[in-house]
Amino acid sequence: MKDNLVSILKTKKSTIVKKWFELVVNSYPPDTASFLKGQKDQFANPVGHTTKKGLEAVFDEVVSGMDRDTIVAFLDPIIRIRAVQDFTPSQAVGFILDLKFVIREKLKKELKSAPVQAGLAEIDANIDRLCLIGFDIFVICREAIYQLKVSTERDKIYKAFSRAGLVTEISENGPGSPGA
Amino acid sequence: MSDLSKSDEYYSAIDHKPPKPTGWMDTPVNLRKGIYCHSANPKSLDYVGMPNARKFDPTAEDWLLPDNWQEIIHKGFKERLDKFRSLKVFMDICVRCGACADKCHYYIGTGDPKNMPVLRAELLRSVYRNDFTKLGKILGKVNGARPMTLDVLKEWWYYLFQCSQCRRCSVFCPYGIDTAEITLLGRELLNLLGLNIDWIATPVANCYRTGNHLGIQPHAFKDMLDFFVEDIEEMSSLQLEPQFNKKGADILFITPSGDVFADPGTYSCMGYLMLFHYLKEKYGLDVTWSTYGSEGGNFGFFTSHEMMKRLNSKMYMEAKRLGVKWILGGECGHMWRVIHQYMDTMNGPADFLEEPVNPITGTKFENAKSTKMVHIIEFTADLIKHGKLDLDPSRNDHLSVTFHDSCNPSRGMGMFEEPRYVIKNVCNNFYDMPANTIREQTFCCGSGAGLNAGEDMELRMAGGLPRANAVKHVHEKHGVNMLANICAVDRAALPDLMNYWVPGVDVTGVHELVANALVIPGQNSRPTDMRGEDIPGLELEEEEDTDE
Amino acid sequence: MNDKYMYSLIAVFLLALLAYLGVEAAGMDVIFGVVLPYVAVLLFIGGFVWRVMGWASSAVPFRIPTTCGQQKSFDWIEPARVDNPSTTWGVVVRMFLEIVTFRSLFRNTRMKVKSDGRITYSLELFLWLGALAFHYAFLTTLVRHFRFFLEPVPICLQWLENLDSFMQFGLPVVYMSGVVLLAAVVYLLLRRLLIVQVRYISLASDFFPLFLIGGIAFTGILMRYLSKVDIVGIKSLTMGLVTFHPVVPEGISGLFYVHLFFVTVLLAYFPFSKLMHLGGVFLSPTRNLPTDTRARRHINPWNYPVHVHTYEEYEDEFREKMIDVGLPVDKMPEPEPEEEAASAAAEAETPEAGEKE
Repeated sequence: MKDNLVSILKTKKSTIVKKWFELVVNSYPPDTASFLKGQKDQFANPVGHTTKKGLEAVFDEVVSGMDRDTIVAFLDPIIRIRAVQDFTPSQAVGFILDLKFVIREKLKKELKSAPVQAGLAEIDANIDRLCLIGFDIFVICREAIYQLKVSTERDKIYKAFSRAGLVTEISENGPGSPGA
Repeated sequence: MSDLSKSDEYYSAIDHKPPKPTGWMDTPVNLRKGIYCHSANPKSLDYVGMPNARKFDPTAEDWLLPDNWQEIIHKGFKERLDKFRSLKVFMDICVRCGACADKCHYYIGTGDPKNMPVLRAELLRSVYRNDFTKLGKILGKVNGARPMTLDVLKEWWYYLFQCSQCRRCSVFCPYGIDTAEITLLGRELLNLLGLNIDWIATPVANCYRTGNHLGIQPHAFKDMLDFFVEDIEEMSSLQLEPQFNKKGADILFITPSGDVFADPGTYSCMGYLMLFHYLKEKYGLDVTWSTYGSEGGNFGFFTSHEMMKRLNSKMYMEAKRLGVKWILGGECGHMWRVIHQYMDTMNGPADFLEEPVNPITGTKFENAKSTKMVHIIEFTADLIKHGKLDLDPSRNDHLSVTFHDSCNPSRGMGMFEEPRYVIKNVCNNFYDMPANTIREQTFCCGSGAGLNAGEDMELRMAGGLPRANAVKHVHEKHGVNMLANICAVDRAALPDLMNYWVPGVDVTGVHELVANALVIPGQNSRPTDMRGEDIPGLELEEEEDTDE
Repeated sequence: MNDKYMYSLIAVFLLALLAYLGVEAAGMDVIFGVVLPYVAVLLFIGGFVWRVMGWASSAVPFRIPTTCGQQKSFDWIEPARVDNPSTTWGVVVRMFLEIVTFRSLFRNTRMKVKSDGRITYSLELFLWLGALAFHYAFLTTLVRHFRFFLEPVPICLQWLENLDSFMQFGLPVVYMSGVVLLAAVVYLLLRRLLIVQVRYISLASDFFPLFLIGGIAFTGILMRYLSKVDIVGIKSLTMGLVTFHPVVPEGISGLFYVHLFFVTVLLAYFPFSKLMHLGGVFLSPTRNLPTDTRARRHINPWNYPVHVHTYEEYEDEFREKMIDVGLPVDKMPEPEPEEEAASAAAEAETPEAGEKE
């Protein structure tokens, strides 16, 4: 029975992922969204390309497998980007849950059949798991950013100098105190 | 990055209709943490005599501006329109064709539409039209004009300090409109109101006083280099004797001070020391360092043309005082744009120097005959071409190298082949990144033009994404594990960038690679590279050697 | 958002109406046929010169060309003579390519990874093609119109017309330039309306010239192929204008006056708008200067002396410390009374900020 939904999802992969991608991209300002969608060069448009590639791979895992390593390998780059962009934490990872809406929208007809619908719970559970993994990734990324903020090489060295009394300061808290 | 009052936004917007677009003029500026830098320390501004020094909080409503601030901006703008044809022409001729729109790494990385180069410039143009053009005055907003208000000023500040002046957009513009020029002059205007950021203002004050941007005093500068000398002796049993402030030396060497105090620049600095030692032992090259001119970088360039000139003046003054023949410059980005396109004009003519000739190869550096300053990559490339260096590139075999063209030597000089020539002669494994991410199309590290602070890490990571993305490509495809560059800001910024986006790739200056490969008379087997890490294979050989 | 193009569209319609009614209803053909064209030409020439002089009067303090290729350094490294021109000739070629072929727009390389992993590059050509088509069609149309201002019509214009109509279909012969011009205007317009990014950055002043030029091409095509206009009458009017003996023949249709009025408005509007990129492109300092900036000194006309931190000031502040570590100094300190030395040292610890220049 479950295989039924799974096989439908597999055949409808491209339309579902396309719609999912569109929703993700629409979380950006409109003109940026059109750039992210339109520009096919992976180096001129790393955000769009990474997102698209990632969503496709992650979708496969939701449908069959849920291999944690694969999920992390493809989800991490997407969330890593969103973690430094203008998003709240919920916006940064919430796009994962969009997949539930997309599946329901794109499979409206198919889901009327009971056997197909029976498989939905498991897919939903997979998406929830995906979201939790995404949450983990997000926190790791934010921690990495904060780590970088506190330990910029410059400050470390500065402090070494400072301890050795090698730095002249224009006055207390004056120039020389980094980021004062 | 956000407070809780906004945290339900995701579900409130779950219908996912794209937001109704508002015109950019109607979209108020929203200063986001992690994007902007701390405001300038007033003491730093005061020290170099910059006006309206005061502490202000960028997020506060009131920026404590002088009462006549609009007049100051207007007058400053007018003055600069007369002084800089670039500004006047660039204000007038943009047709908004959009060719530049998606060329900016900050736009690509942050997705913020106002980071499109055309819009960054329109922030100024809108005020220009209002203040200085007839149609703008008559038609107002219909013609894209708007008066200077506090909100506009804040927008300027926020977005002019989100440009690393990399000039990538200028390459694609059919009229050559250079956002770097617009940003530079826009920042000049902001500086009239004391609106600098601290990671620019404080290094400027320090450079002015001590000659380098961390405020390292002369004795400490020498101590640092002595420390490198000890390190080198430990790893190679060579005894180096660098010269300081030596009158009558042939060549004055100036490098960004970042090389002296921050890893991994320090390894390149040790590389310079070893190269000079090699050339001195073999060919009698006479190079001196200076503690007074101990900063090649020029944060004045990110402040104003005047401040750039004031800081740059030390190079020629010191060369004159020491009576050297010419000046050799270390690996640095914006330092070289200043030297290549500004120094001679600002502080020349350098008629007290000689037209630079490489004393070892006899090569005349024709391209530097007026400014009389040679890039160390040009110098080393010339040495290699004439077979003057004894190199063993296999000592870099543990590295798989790619080269990041730094913005300024690329689009402000055109130095593409020389560094590649040097790298290919000292490394066996070199792989270029995709063509639309290198050379004149190179992507910025995301931290240039004074944005290399800690508090704007999100901006730096987002802005560096296009660069990191291309590195990731060669990392995955060719196993690249070392990102070479010729810029001190790169060496400071790219490690963070790699750490976040492409773990497993390290960052190096080119002269660290040169020093790795250099076979110096009198050295031991040097089983380690410049970082003190074992070179695979060499340790074994050494053991075999001692067995015999 | 849509007010930007709506304003412009409405403005162009109003202009058309104004000219049509002005001539047909109010009989102001002298105004629209003679007075306004003269005023517009004066405005155009005066405005153009004034703008270019305005730019030229601003200084070029620094030589800041964008270098888009390998610099000239050694004999054994091939320099990019055009994209990074170190000679005046190189600059001339660079400017020529920029102005005649829109070189920089042609740089939009795009990379695609093929399914087999190979990387290919393609050009994003549409903007470049559209711009080229637009400008060349405009130029050809403009030159073709010289036949209305010259008597006898020079043979080279005849050649141009033959070339322009080499695809003979229909009668009267169809000039490619007019059709291409209209098509290019439509393309550039659609681009501004449909590509969200470009729409976002567009101003009313970007739409207005497009609608106006579109209107000129459209009325021109209408006159030539659909509505019969009195060519002989028109030519006598135009010849009158250039020979400064203006005549206004009877029986020229209102459509012609709409066409002429559009041109009049375009001429008058030109110097005050972005259309001045025609003149400005020649003056762009990132393109029109040679890149041998280290080999030849550029003079800044307003270069002025600035406060610098001299070596003497520097040594005065750090002399003791420099001597301690064996750095050479210019002035050895004279033995001082102990008190003074102590106060000098204290000063060195906390220098007065701000009072120094």
